[in-house]
Amino acid sequence: MNGAAAVINAENPLYRSRKRTNILLLTVSGLAVLFGLFWLVWILGTLLYEGGYALARAALYYQMTPPPGADGGLANAIVGSLILCVVGTLIGTPVGVLAGTYLAEFGKRSWLAAATRFLNDVLLSAPSIVMGLFVYSVYVARVGHFSGWAGSLALALIVIPVVVRTTDDMLKLVPNSLREATAALGCPAWKMIVFVTYRAASTGILTGILLAVARISGETAPLLFTALNNQFWSLNMNAPMSNLPTVIFQFAMSPYQDWHRLAWGGAALITLTVLVLNIVARSLFRRTD
Amino acid sequence: METTANRMIRTTVRASTAPALQDLQPKLQVRGLNFFYGAYQALRNITLDIPERKVTAFIGPSGCGKSTLLRTFNRMYSLYPEQRAEGEVLIDGENLLTRNRDISLIRAKIGMVFQKPTPFPMSIYDNISFGVRLYERLSKREMDDRVEQALTRAGLWQEVRNKLHQSGNGLSGGQQQRLCIARCIAIQPEVLLLDEPCSALDPISTARVEELIHELKSDYTVVIVTHNMQQAARVSDFTAYMYLGELIEYGATDSIFIKPSRKETEDYITGRFG
Amino acid sequence: MSAVIPISQSENSELVTTAPPGGPTRIRPSRWMDAVFEHVTRLFALLVFSLLAAILISLVVGSQHSLEKIGFSFLWTTDWDPVKEKFGALVPIYGTLVTSLIAMAIGVPVSFGIALFLTELSPAWLKRPLGTAIELLAAIPSIIYGMWGLFVFAPLFQTYLQPVVIDTLGTLPGVGLLFAGPPLGIGMLSAGLILSIMVIPFITAVMRDVFELVPPLLKESAYGLGATTWEVVWRVVLPFTKVGVIGGIMLGLGRALGETMAVTFVIGNAHRLALSLNAPGNSIASALANEFTEAVGDLYFSSLIELGLILFLITTIVLALSKLLLMQLARQEGTRT
Repeated sequence: MNGAAAVINAENPLYRSRKRTNILLLTVSGLAVLFGLFWLVWILGTLLYEGGYALARAALYYQMTPPPGADGGLANAIVGSLILCVVGTLIGTPVGVLAGTYLAEFGKRSWLAAATRFLNDVLLSAPSIVMGLFVYSVYVARVGHFSGWAGSLALALIVIPVVVRTTDDMLKLVPNSLREATAALGCPAWKMIVFVTYRAASTGILTGILLAVARISGETAPLLFTALNNQFWSLNMNAPMSNLPTVIFQFAMSPYQDWHRLAWGGAALITLTVLVLNIVARSLFRRTD
Repeated sequence: METTANRMIRTTVRASTAPALQDLQPKLQVRGLNFFYGAYQALRNITLDIPERKVTAFIGPSGCGKSTLLRTFNRMYSLYPEQRAEGEVLIDGENLLTRNRDISLIRAKIGMVFQKPTPFPMSIYDNISFGVRLYERLSKREMDDRVEQALTRAGLWQEVRNKLHQSGNGLSGGQQQRLCIARCIAIQPEVLLLDEPCSALDPISTARVEELIHELKSDYTVVIVTHNMQQAARVSDFTAYMYLGELIEYGATDSIFIKPSRKETEDYITGRFG
Repeated sequence: MSAVIPISQSENSELVTTAPPGGPTRIRPSRWMDAVFEHVTRLFALLVFSLLAAILISLVVGSQHSLEKIGFSFLWTTDWDPVKEKFGALVPIYGTLVTSLIAMAIGVPVSFGIALFLTELSPAWLKRPLGTAIELLAAIPSIIYGMWGLFVFAPLFQTYLQPVVIDTLGTLPGVGLLFAGPPLGIGMLSAGLILSIMVIPFITAVMRDVFELVPPLLKESAYGLGATTWEVVWRVVLPFTKVGVIGGIMLGLGRALGETMAVTFVIGNAHRLALSLNAPGNSIASALANEFTEAVGDLYFSSLIELGLILFLITTIVLALSKLLLMQLARQEGTRT
């Protein structure tokens, strides 16, 4: 019976080749990690190197985008981006939170809730440029001009699926015993949700909103056909509005060196913002674990 | 005072005349074993010998460390970085716990069956051949023979011979567990570790697995962890009672169940515990 | 005694809801608010529910002109001439598919390697920082990838890597045609390479999640037979999770197909059908980004919207498939335990 046991020893050729394969492939897997990190470090390093100087110049923050050859900054684009993101988040968040509330608290496993979840997940990864096309056809084409509102609307459409998803997930994590305890006090359902479940899931929902903000602050494609761009200082939401991503696109694709430098500054600024938002969202969420 | 539980157990214990523990050839020797899950110490200074070609049972309340002890025998814990063991576990006199020991080789010599059946996501045939192929290059015929042999040994051949190429997930729970046992014995290990192998099974499947354990004893050293005292009494030659990470009493099953020498053991087996 | 208490309790609760005895200070539970709240939330859920359909309808309406005038030949003709008003979508469709396939060919094995490392090999203290670093790849805005690709990656690629590729792979019979031509730096190969970096975090995240669904006992029993880490992953973990892994790959594919800015910077924006991956091309998304705001004429305009419609249909199908596969794995998981 122990005939095969003799086979199980360190000299078994099959065993040795298996071990070699194992070590080889595990090394390859480690290299894959290095491959991923390599690009991250390279891209971030480039941004710091190319954009660092522009970031350190105060003019970046108070001068307007210049014509080629002149000195300038990105003030109008920074403010425009801020306005577009804030308004987009303000439109998208309530819609997302309420829809997510329906899914987690009322719809649960119903047909409507299941289908909405499915479609929402598709929207979550749908190309953002299509959102821009959509807002263009239903809004910009009707009104007849590009505007800040259109840009915010397009960004809101990107915020919504992110917030729906996290709200749904986070509310589902709230233990049912908490709901039962509240209901047992004779508390009506809406009060229970607003005062107890929302509060219990608040950090999770906030994380979702922050991640959504992080995502839209770098979005370019949906703004191309909606907010367009504006070379001047403008706070008018009914007119085309300047914004960082489109300015970066325009300046980077141009042949002018000083525009390139400003574009790098804008790129570093956006990436920094997005990374900080991501890290804040993550650390917020980790504290609730 | 004798309780009814005690009386019941007595009637099920086989009246055998097992040789004394110290006269038998030890297969596994545990020496001063301490085990930690992070900062929590789960085993305290365990020392015991597991005799060759006998069935040894570990019993005790849940959380007493019986499964932990079993899992040091094939170093399964080393999959989890926060778990570590100190001390020695010797197989045929060689320490398993030294760092430079090749874990795969140890594990091939020591088969293990878990609480729940764990058929691999492949056919019944491949479930068996998977392990064999790790060490041996066999022709199609030899492999067929080996698979049949293992399944026959596990008492499953008749039930599955016509569906060898169907998924192992299609079998009943009891059949799946016997498939897992067949998978272990196909690579012809020297020791079989059974971690509550019947906890997910119905009584009929349990009886079949117990019969199987009885038959396997002639070729293998079997160590079984069980929370079911009757089962320990039915299948084992030696029993170790553990409590809070310590080995309280270890000896021939008959004497542990009939005349425990420690008060704690008696409390546990008579159900007065906790 | 025990029979009396429930009765008195139910009487009591009836008192509270119908005739509060506490006088005017007692707050009546407002049941109607519950209904309002539920209806309002359902309204917003319905809004989300109908969004996808609304997008589809608006795109179909917008592309009506070109659908009628050009018809199905739009899909397989290569002309793109705004002056003569001749439009065919084959070049951008081809570019979209080719760049995404390159991204998958590189991104999938790399993501698998990373997921394997993070779930099976990484020491515990390294797991979180490494995982976060890989996820940060997804946080970098796509315009940054584009800019970096154009100014930093493409020139280096053109001088160092591309000539090597052309001299080795380009000389092979058959496949060589794919790697022929001069090294331009920009082109479909560069776009695909940059896309592959962008999809890595998405595929890795799904693979990690599904690998962690594998019951520890199943892995332990494979290790228990003496299998090596690679064998456990390749023979047990991967077959167990294959549905989810394919779902993750489809998710990455959906992302790659619709990626706009990164591709627009480096693909070269040439409306020419070329077999060689070194040649510049165009993708649907980058054609839209470049031409949409400058398009004049109804047919030009509506052809661009039809391009958007095609992109939307392809990505929606791919993403829906991905979601279905992931749901199937979750269901299996539910029945297995």
